[in-house]
Amino acid sequence: MKILDQPRYVCALGAMQTVQGLYRGVPVLHAGPGCAAKLAGGIAGSNGDSGYLSPQIYPCTNVGERETVFGGEGRLRETISNALKVVDGDLYVVLSGCTTEIVGDDIKKVVQEFQNAGKPVVAVETPGFKANNLEGHQWVVDALIDQYLVPRGKGPLVKGLVNVWGPIPSYDPFWVGNFRVLESLLEEVGLIPNAIFGEYRGIENLNRVPNAEFNLLVSPWVGLGNVLHLEEAFGTPYLHLPNLPVGAFETSRFLRTVGKFAELEPTLVERVIDRHEKEYYFHIERTSDVFLENRTMSRRFSTVTNAADALAYSKFLVNDFGLVPETQYITDATPEEHRNRIVGYFKEFQYGIEAPVVFSTDGHLIHQAIRDTDWFGPPLILGSIFEKKLAQELEGNFLAVSVPMKERLVLHGTYAGYHGGLKLLEDIYTWVLQQFN
Amino acid sequence: MSDYGKGTETGTRENRLGSITGYEGTLQGLGQACGGGGFGDRKRCFSQASLCNAACALGQLGFVTDAAVVHHSPSGCAVTAMSLSNSKDQLAAKLGLDNSRSGYVSTDMNEADTVFGATENLRDVVRETHRRYDPRAIFIGASCVSGVIGEDLASIARETSEELGIPVAPVFCEGFKTQIWASGFDAAFHAILSTIVQPPKVKRDVVNVINFFGSARKEITALFALFGVEPLFLLSNTTIEQLSQLSESVATVSTCATLGTYLGHGLEEQYGVPYIKSLQPHGMAGFESWVRGLAKVLGKDDIADAYLKKEKETWQPKIEAFRAKLTGLRAVVGMGPGFNFNTTRVLQELGLEIVHSAAWHFDKQYEDGRRPESFQYLLDHSPNDFPLSVNDLQNFELLNILNTVKPDIFFSRHTGSTVWATKLGIPSLCVFDEYAIFGYHGLVKFASAVHDVVTNRSFTKNLASRVKLPYTGWWFAQPHHNFLEAGEPA
Repeated sequence: MKILDQPRYVCALGAMQTVQGLYRGVPVLHAGPGCAAKLAGGIAGSNGDSGYLSPQIYPCTNVGERETVFGGEGRLRETISNALKVVDGDLYVVLSGCTTEIVGDDIKKVVQEFQNAGKPVVAVETPGFKANNLEGHQWVVDALIDQYLVPRGKGPLVKGLVNVWGPIPSYDPFWVGNFRVLESLLEEVGLIPNAIFGEYRGIENLNRVPNAEFNLLVSPWVGLGNVLHLEEAFGTPYLHLPNLPVGAFETSRFLRTVGKFAELEPTLVERVIDRHEKEYYFHIERTSDVFLENRTMSRRFSTVTNAADALAYSKFLVNDFGLVPETQYITDATPEEHRNRIVGYFKEFQYGIEAPVVFSTDGHLIHQAIRDTDWFGPPLILGSIFEKKLAQELEGNFLAVSVPMKERLVLHGTYAGYHGGLKLLEDIYTWVLQQFN
Repeated sequence: MSDYGKGTETGTRENRLGSITGYEGTLQGLGQACGGGGFGDRKRCFSQASLCNAACALGQLGFVTDAAVVHHSPSGCAVTAMSLSNSKDQLAAKLGLDNSRSGYVSTDMNEADTVFGATENLRDVVRETHRRYDPRAIFIGASCVSGVIGEDLASIARETSEELGIPVAPVFCEGFKTQIWASGFDAAFHAILSTIVQPPKVKRDVVNVINFFGSARKEITALFALFGVEPLFLLSNTTIEQLSQLSESVATVSTCATLGTYLGHGLEEQYGVPYIKSLQPHGMAGFESWVRGLAKVLGKDDIADAYLKKEKETWQPKIEAFRAKLTGLRAVVGMGPGFNFNTTRVLQELGLEIVHSAAWHFDKQYEDGRRPESFQYLLDHSPNDFPLSVNDLQNFELLNILNTVKPDIFFSRHTGSTVWATKLGIPSLCVFDEYAIFGYHGLVKFASAVHDVVTNRSFTKNLASRVKLPYTGWWFAQPHHNFLEAGEPA
């Protein structure tokens, strides 16, 4: 039996958010009338899905009965043609939905006709039944590489230029802040970061991608295919760091690894680390009474989330903050080929600590397993809003960090980097302090 | 006329009522056009993403306190489960209800399913959902995929219902079937009428209130107590048992005629429960029409008259004071037809001038073949024949209109429209709450909100002066109906 109970991802068409995350990128949907608004509402949740565009702006063929019977290529053709006239963008990405794929519309053929439209138009098949939005995100990036960057060719290499990949626009509720922290960390050690997603970046940064010295991927599996693809297309090497660095321990390690890969002067990197750690531990020191003298905080935790968030937060909680991991539940339908490697990442904590990993998309079973765990005290559960009631039932501590997150607002907030670790402690303890101590 | 409760499907609004999503003209022009023959829809050769009926249908059913939804769909459609994840809990907590028997799961259809079909998995998921949540009923929601590949939901529903001993209803809300998302309300109510509602055994002093989330629960309960009846707010936070007894109520009212038409008329036709075809209870005329309409059916006209007189005396001076401040403001309204025509009337009561009205669709008639009351009221009473367009949340048309008309204020009721008017520099008010203008007191609160919005324009000005709109100069130089094709005869 195949059941999705408590969905924590959406379908491949959810990658429209990746296009919207590329400033002035315009998703053009060859899909049903409701797909865009529904997907955005689910992914962005209460976090807002408006920007330069919003789902209401996306040109969409709003496929109806007529197109399911007679095909919708003509409808797509007129929609693209008029989208180019009406919507002011730099890059148009045509995304197909379930119906049009089943009916057999050839969106690539239609998009071919717009090669001389004056603006780049690319096509990505993203039928919902084929995969989820994490894979859809990779397909969109691959399409940008194949259909936009490769035909433009490789420009001159820019020394120190580093493409930054990892956070998935919108699906990572902290994506903007995460990108900015990764960028500023690279800047501090003298590199030139180049991320294509987020405020006022976009096509200019995209155009620079082939010129980079290397690609930096900060994610356990999403995007790995893309950096391999870029290596193949432009010969650009890549550095793959599986976890987003949260807190001092992981961020210092991040900087040292990047420094080594980019052959930076180690004393420069150490100076940056030293300055940050000093500040970081000023705060940890002055709050250590709260951390240490507390009846209600947990020693053991689980995460119920996608692989990227599970890894980032568990690394922090173990290696930085000294908690002990119970099972980590990974809910993003991680493709089989990545699973062993990811299980391995959860065996590399300090002091030989290991965390069991369960891959499951069935929230009901996950909750049952968490109930059946002996926590030796109040559990700490990091996950989505689905875990809130569970944490309350178990008299534990809880923080929503992943989709569907709900009930909290994130603008530029982030848990990445040194300040991010402090922010995560603030947010965890905001819950802890609401319990009787 | 519809076969309420018969068959598994109800037709879409386009097919059943001749409803449309494309029109450009004026209020009186639309009134004349839809009165005669040859009134047809106008399609667009460019469109933007709107909404689908599945979100309306299953979003409604997902709020039933002790029922489960099984969405036979790929993961993306089941995003409704994310939307409901905490909101149904928040709403239930407000009323102290236990909703642990509700759930929303998906069959997570994949590529193999589109080739080989997936009704056996659906059957297993319905069984598993029953085991997990012990719901009093299960609604099987259709999706575009299940529709296109021809999955037989009705048979699975019938068989699992027999097996599990609870009602299992298919809900036919495939997104491609209609451009009018309100068709989804009809699909949900059809499932309720055909599968849940039982013939009456007794008569109860209960009035069905078709609404969304019952935010005026307290006020309506107090008002109905004067008439000796209790409200039953549908569908959120109702139980399957309560729904099974809808036929035993003394009347049905609605706060949104677009939402209520199918169930209201269905209960009337099938079980003789009178459906009050009044204006909706927004503002003065609406509230009076709604209260009197109900009182008449209950034989309590005197009580209604006395109540309305007293209420009006209490609030009239404040309403007048706001009217003096708001008179002459030029307004554009963009909402679904039910709320649009009611809100338009209210704004005219407050002295605002309607300079354009955009309805997200238009029902020329409801199930009984009559024009919507709120539309007829405007035809009869509007001081001006304002420009009127019908577009299914077509933002490019709306922004073009707003950019041309440049009103003092814009009123909306759907996600993603207030934002864009604000970015044009137009103060905007999102009238999300269906009871935001309920009765005289609501009118005062609403008028105050309108006044606040036009008084402090800081946010609007700050934002608008720093953003670039995602439309070309070319588009803003075109007429807003540029992409409307010639009409198709009905």
